[in-house]
Amino acid sequence: MSIQVKNLKHIYEKGMPTESIALENISFSVEDGEFLGIIGHTGSGKSTLLQHLNGLLKPSEGTIVIGGIDITADGVSMVEIRKKIGLVFQYPEYQLFEETVAKDVAFGPKNLGLSEEEIEERVKEAIELVGLDYENIKDRSPFELSGGQKRRVAIAGVVAMRPEVLILDEPTAGLDPKAHKDVLDMVEEVHAKTGNITILVSHNMADIARLSDKVLVIDNGHLVTMGTPKEVFSHRDELSEVGLDLPPITNLTEMLRTRGMDIEETILTVDEAAKQIAQYLKSKGNN
Amino acid sequence: MLRDITLGQYYPGKSCIHGLDARIKIIATLMFIVELFIVDNFIGFLIAAIALGLVIAVSKVPVGYIIRGLKPIMVILIFTFALNMFMVDGRILWQWGFLKITAEGLEIAVFMAIRLILLLMGSSMLTLCTRPIALTDGIERLLSPFEKVGLPAHDIAMMMTIALRFIPTLLEEADKIMKAQQARGADFESGNLMQRAKSLIPILVPLFVSSFRIAQELAMAMEARCYRGGKNRTRMNEMKLRKRDYIAIVFLIAFLAIIIVESRLL
Repeated sequence: MSIQVKNLKHIYEKGMPTESIALENISFSVEDGEFLGIIGHTGSGKSTLLQHLNGLLKPSEGTIVIGGIDITADGVSMVEIRKKIGLVFQYPEYQLFEETVAKDVAFGPKNLGLSEEEIEERVKEAIELVGLDYENIKDRSPFELSGGQKRRVAIAGVVAMRPEVLILDEPTAGLDPKAHKDVLDMVEEVHAKTGNITILVSHNMADIARLSDKVLVIDNGHLVTMGTPKEVFSHRDELSEVGLDLPPITNLTEMLRTRGMDIEETILTVDEAAKQIAQYLKSKGNN
Repeated sequence: MLRDITLGQYYPGKSCIHGLDARIKIIATLMFIVELFIVDNFIGFLIAAIALGLVIAVSKVPVGYIIRGLKPIMVILIFTFALNMFMVDGRILWQWGFLKITAEGLEIAVFMAIRLILLLMGSSMLTLCTRPIALTDGIERLLSPFEKVGLPAHDIAMMMTIALRFIPTLLEEADKIMKAQQARGADFESGNLMQRAKSLIPILVPLFVSSFRIAQELAMAMEARCYRGGKNRTRMNEMKLRKRDYIAIVFLIAFLAIIIVESRLL
């Protein structure tokens, strides 16, 4: 399974006085098992791009090929596409509707036409995968849960469909630091366990730097740059031009470098930074 | 698909129709509706259509846009047309079983259809060319004389403002929820009537929950800013009639006179 997007263009409200170009000239590809991070300002077109990837929006121009199928062609079964591609929207807790958590998580698998036993098994697995206690929570109403729990139940609803591509649009928006960490750990765990393609949109540069194999930067509907986190975050000036920052730890190490500390360029994780700084201090002590 | 609903929407523009005082436009629309019922022959409709055409031309709202707004009412239109066509007795033109078309029926059907179309186009011009806020301000001012007999004009206007303000918000919300459920494999387009009605539950429940949440947040925000109804409230934009409004009044009276003369004397 891989995704190829070519020359994607999308115009909102075509032919109306309020017409606006949301995306233009977007091309990229994602290979099997990759973790893609997408960053960009609010209103840069990230969400529009995601909605194209599972056929909720049709591009005005360009093609999207997923697993060898051109989903922009006429007569392609969107239901088939959506079976393979799970999309978790921003604030997904607002889509909960069933009487119990288990029933809500089962909504997706049920739409896939699975057997009762299979559904139950998947629901149990998905709820546990998002870090909730199945026995304890399955018969409660989703509306009486806390914000973080609701978010997890909503994500479980998509995970239970076992998508080959899991797309998450700012899954940590509005969560407290603990829930934020839990949700991301969970995304990482699902990715590691299932080996799916995961696409994560986030404003948190540290998360993107830590988790992604590949990073896509979008500004104003255009692709600014694309590459490994190390490549992308080495373009500090380019990023700041489109209003994006480096991860805090990279900011720190770059500042240390300009002050004369001899450490590697574009360090992305705290562990790596600690190792490098310790090494530097040791070598300095030896002299 | 939800975005196609243009009925009751505002079409931004800078024409002199857009610039008229909302009160004048409301009264003009009411007059136009009454006039359409005074008219009793096709020449009268022709005059009304020309007048409406002039207003549309001046307002620079695309005709296609207005006609698209008629789509949701097409069913009612066709239904009335058919009912009139088959139900009126008279000289029979065509008959098949119990279905018969009479000359009189056909005439009445066409007559009613024209009246309905003009009615809808005329009244949609009001909302197309008037900002919702200006519209409710106008309604509040027009209703204010009735405050003496206990009509809460301000509260009615405020409720209308809020309702109008939240149509796009709720449409957007519905669109978002629909997409989210589609992403979970929900299918709204196939199946029989019963299944389709059932498939709406995953949209309606979250939509209701969202509406209550939005309403509660709005109420709290209003209270936090000390809103307490219409008593002693002043406004930023006082409504004042200007030269163009007086010119519009002259046109309105002239048009009313023409319609009355045409229908009663000719």
